Amino acid sequence: MVSVDAQAETEMPTVTVDGTEIEVPDGATVLQACELAGKEIPRFCYHERLSIAGNCRMCLVEVKPGPPKPQASCALPATQGQEIRTDSEMVKKAREGVMEFLLINHPLDCPICDQGGECDLQDQSVAYGRGGSRYHENKRAVTEKYMGPLIKTIMTRCIHCTRCVRFSEEVAGVDEIGALYRGEDMQITTYLEHAAKHELSANVIDLCPVGALTSRPYAYEARPWELKKTLGIDVSDAMGSNIRIDARGREVLRVLPRNNDDVNEEWLSDKARWQVDGLARRRLDRVWIRRDGKLQPASWDEAFGMIAAAARGASVAAVAGDLLDCETMFAARRLMTALGSDLLESRQTGMSYPVGNLAGVNFNTTFAGIETADAVLVVGSHLRWEAPLLNVRLRKAAKRGAKIFIVGPYWDTTYAAEFLGDDASILHDLPDHVAAAMQSAARPAIVVGAGGLVAGAHGPALALAHAWNVVRDVDGVRWNGFNVLHMAAARMGALMLGFARPRGIADLAQAAPAVLLSLGADEVDYTRFTGALKVYVGHHGDKGAAAADIILPGSAYTEKAGTYVSTEGRVQFADKAAFAPGDAREDWTILRALADALGVSVGFDSFEQLRSAMIAEIPGLGVDGLVDFGPLPAAESAERAGGTIVYPVKDFYLTNPIARASATMQRCSAELLHGENLAEAAE
Amino acid sequence: MLADKDRIFTNLYGFQDWRLPAAQMRGDWDDTRALIGRGQDAIINEVKASGLRGRGGAGFPTGMKWSFMPKESKDGRPSFLVINADESEPGSCKDREIIRHDPHKLVEGALIAGFAMRARAAYIYIRGEYIREAEVLFAAVAEAYSAGLLGKNAAGSGYDFDVFVHRGAGAYICGEETAMIESLEGKKGQPRLKPPFPAGAGLYGCPTTVNNVESIAVVPTILRRGAAWFSSFGRENNKGTKLFQISGHVDRPCVVEEEMSIPFRDLIEKHCGGITGGWDNLLAVIPGGSSVPLVPAAEIMDCPMDFDGLKALGSGLGTAAIIVMDKSTDIVRAISRLSYFYKHESCGQCTPCREGTGWMWRVMERLRTGDAEVSEIDMLYEVTKQVEGHTICALGDAAAWPIQGLIKHFRPEIERRIGDKAVMMQEAAE
Repeated sequence: MVSVDAQAETEMPTVTVDGTEIEVPDGATVLQACELAGKEIPRFCYHERLSIAGNCRMCLVEVKPGPPKPQASCALPATQGQEIRTDSEMVKKAREGVMEFLLINHPLDCPICDQGGECDLQDQSVAYGRGGSRYHENKRAVTEKYMGPLIKTIMTRCIHCTRCVRFSEEVAGVDEIGALYRGEDMQITTYLEHAAKHELSANVIDLCPVGALTSRPYAYEARPWELKKTLGIDVSDAMGSNIRIDARGREVLRVLPRNNDDVNEEWLSDKARWQVDGLARRRLDRVWIRRDGKLQPASWDEAFGMIAAAARGASVAAVAGDLLDCETMFAARRLMTALGSDLLESRQTGMSYPVGNLAGVNFNTTFAGIETADAVLVVGSHLRWEAPLLNVRLRKAAKRGAKIFIVGPYWDTTYAAEFLGDDASILHDLPDHVAAAMQSAARPAIVVGAGGLVAGAHGPALALAHAWNVVRDVDGVRWNGFNVLHMAAARMGALMLGFARPRGIADLAQAAPAVLLSLGADEVDYTRFTGALKVYVGHHGDKGAAAADIILPGSAYTEKAGTYVSTEGRVQFADKAAFAPGDAREDWTILRALADALGVSVGFDSFEQLRSAMIAEIPGLGVDGLVDFGPLPAAESAERAGGTIVYPVKDFYLTNPIARASATMQRCSAELLHGENLAEAAE
Repeated sequence: MLADKDRIFTNLYGFQDWRLPAAQMRGDWDDTRALIGRGQDAIINEVKASGLRGRGGAGFPTGMKWSFMPKESKDGRPSFLVINADESEPGSCKDREIIRHDPHKLVEGALIAGFAMRARAAYIYIRGEYIREAEVLFAAVAEAYSAGLLGKNAAGSGYDFDVFVHRGAGAYICGEETAMIESLEGKKGQPRLKPPFPAGAGLYGCPTTVNNVESIAVVPTILRRGAAWFSSFGRENNKGTKLFQISGHVDRPCVVEEEMSIPFRDLIEKHCGGITGGWDNLLAVIPGGSSVPLVPAAEIMDCPMDFDGLKALGSGLGTAAIIVMDKSTDIVRAISRLSYFYKHESCGQCTPCREGTGWMWRVMERLRTGDAEVSEIDMLYEVTKQVEGHTICALGDAAAWPIQGLIKHFRPEIERRIGDKAVMMQEAAE
């Protein structure tokens, strides 16, 4: 008896969809069964990554056995022997009916709606609606709502699918968006019309199937069919989020997330989405040379001549910035090698954790893996600001019952977590219940953030990792629970390319180079390099350019193809979406030309040659996917963690030169992070 | 006519005190311990044998509903009984009489029913507008606690049982069982998708049964007097006694306990003093609360008032809230007012009801004044069909049925108004 039951449970139910028999996975819904059978089921409220609401009633199908009325296929489990019809008269009428109801109070202002061309309601009304309208009463109008600087609302268009409500509750973990009133007066709004403040808030724009929530910065900019869509990789944090860059001509108009279950699922942080309007402002679009203390326009030849003069027979060093692709860094490394220098560094702020074995500074569990962790110790990371999408993963782990402990100052986690204090030295004397929870966990994980690295927590955390045995086999699969969370998109690539000195940037300062090549490095303390000719190759007039003696205009991440390695060691490739402005060039061509000016050979003349040379030296960079860095290194026992942990990110919206130049990010920062101060000042 | 000795609700009119001593004099809480001592299965079997069908409107057999509850908790989840006292159906006023005059019948019933379905506690969700009634109920529950009839070792039975009274905030939809559960959990009162049914995952995700006040309040008496006594009233499949609530154009509107299946004419003659202006003046009756289709005079007069008798007329017994309308009634306006009610009370969760109720009401208002085309009657009928059966809960059906009943039985009246209006407009134009 028991065995029969067990068999029935594991067996895949067989259902019939429009006369075709098909096996569906156990636990699938009727909607999924129809999709497996190749039938399109229209829907508005259903979304794969949100809970099932079943309220739009668009996915109605006929199911036997069952009551003699259409059933919502999104919420109905597929069971053995079901007969599902998606093409019957009943279904057709049901769809027409629901579509008619959705449209009676919808304004039909498609010509002035930004959703036009990518609107589910538009598409589905063509496919499933009636030809005309029978509704002659007055239409409903809804007062405007304010949802902040990113989300533009026209709530009269809302069809009350509640995707946005479910997203903020379930994924973001904040009660920001909800429904007021009832019946046809129901309105979706933020609580007391506060701005949506979560770092992922703009994802509701993508989720909204109609034009109720659209993008404020992108309002009335373009129609989707005018845009050139390019597949790219985000550089606003080290997650390597997969993005689609929509450009018209030279201008990047918006960035949307791409689906990648291993990385960003289908979400994107607000910064990654909207820093791109900074690409058009404060750009370095010509060569500048500092003369008499002031930067003055100059030509490439003049600049190259000055650099060659300064570098002749003298020492040179290179610092890599946070947004760089691997190709640029490899070109710089070839140039440095050709000049006989090994003074390469990427950790601009002076960190010097050991990088002999990159497994020790990698996010080993992977982003998808940490969802399954059952005990997590976070050391010095404000995850919501350093990697908002990783925080979403940890929230999922917490919802599954994981215990989460955090060393560092308090921040609002959106899930249950215990803060163990600000002092990193607690790692040497953890409370018993924390140690017990980590020791007894099946999948323990440690995450060391930038705040922890600065406080010297890397070694002690690695020691704990070994003590707790976080590398183990779980159900036959290797589990490596030791993670370092970087914040710079370029960091892992830079470390793979050897942009790291044993004592960090202090080594470079000590060497006192005659020429310091700064590749978009805006966080370096340039006062340590007063004697050097500082050559800045970059795209934005930020701190690095302000300190430079020579500026060579380079390309931003949307303006060049490139390889990026995320903090979990995932190698991904991005394409070029637009051209850099003015005299700006792709960075590798600048370095190639500089090699000629300096009279050395770097061994490549085209981007393809450069990439082949790079892959020949570091084969891992040629393979899309996770790099295997081997076993976890032993801990350096001498290192002791200590001091108050300070999170490096002071302002989520302004962490890189592009974001700092972005009007949207500045507005977000002013309104969402410093709104209270502004309100006070106004009084 | 039901004899006084066979009445369950002996203090329905409040001629006596509702408090515990008086209730005990009437037989409530009489050896409840022994009733519980019969055991869960015996109680459920007795209720099944009595033929009691749910008194909230749907008429689902109560004993069978209880038997869906898990016999034992496999995962440590407790079970709950939720008692629906959110009596908001226009026309219904029976639970109010029970709660304000005979609350101990309900409280005792809660304990026995809760025990029978192995529930940890009962939640009585009382309509927000019932302020005095809620006060009585709070007091009655407190009396029962202090007399040791509830709480640990309730009524000396060895069973631990709590009763919580929760006041609603005045939303009709919270009378729908899953919306009630949402509301009890502190959320917006919106019906849940089924499955899962409450018996699998209800209040706080635990197995839950939702019962009407009357269904629960009659249980102790059924157990004391036996299933055979209860099932001696009414026709097959429609057993027992029932609280009828007659309002509208009768001489003496009242709430009265009668046996099921009593013919409509008898009910009105015996208890209400007849129709205003005589039987020839009867226009139509809404026999089960506002959400069932109306029945025209000729059909209802000799109909047995029970689930099956009214179903045969294309209507339903509902809560037995009988709204009588004589020929002075503007029937289109009456139904239009009901449409407004459903538009107002739609929770707004699912599309057909949210958008359809408003549309139907607006067309009804135009039909009321005749400001419409004849073809719009068919369109309205189609719209009601587009709402009916396409929604998450039954409110969509409840909004559609009265209009369908109106069109079915009074189409000539609607067409007459449209014609008159057209003539009037024509004359005015000339």
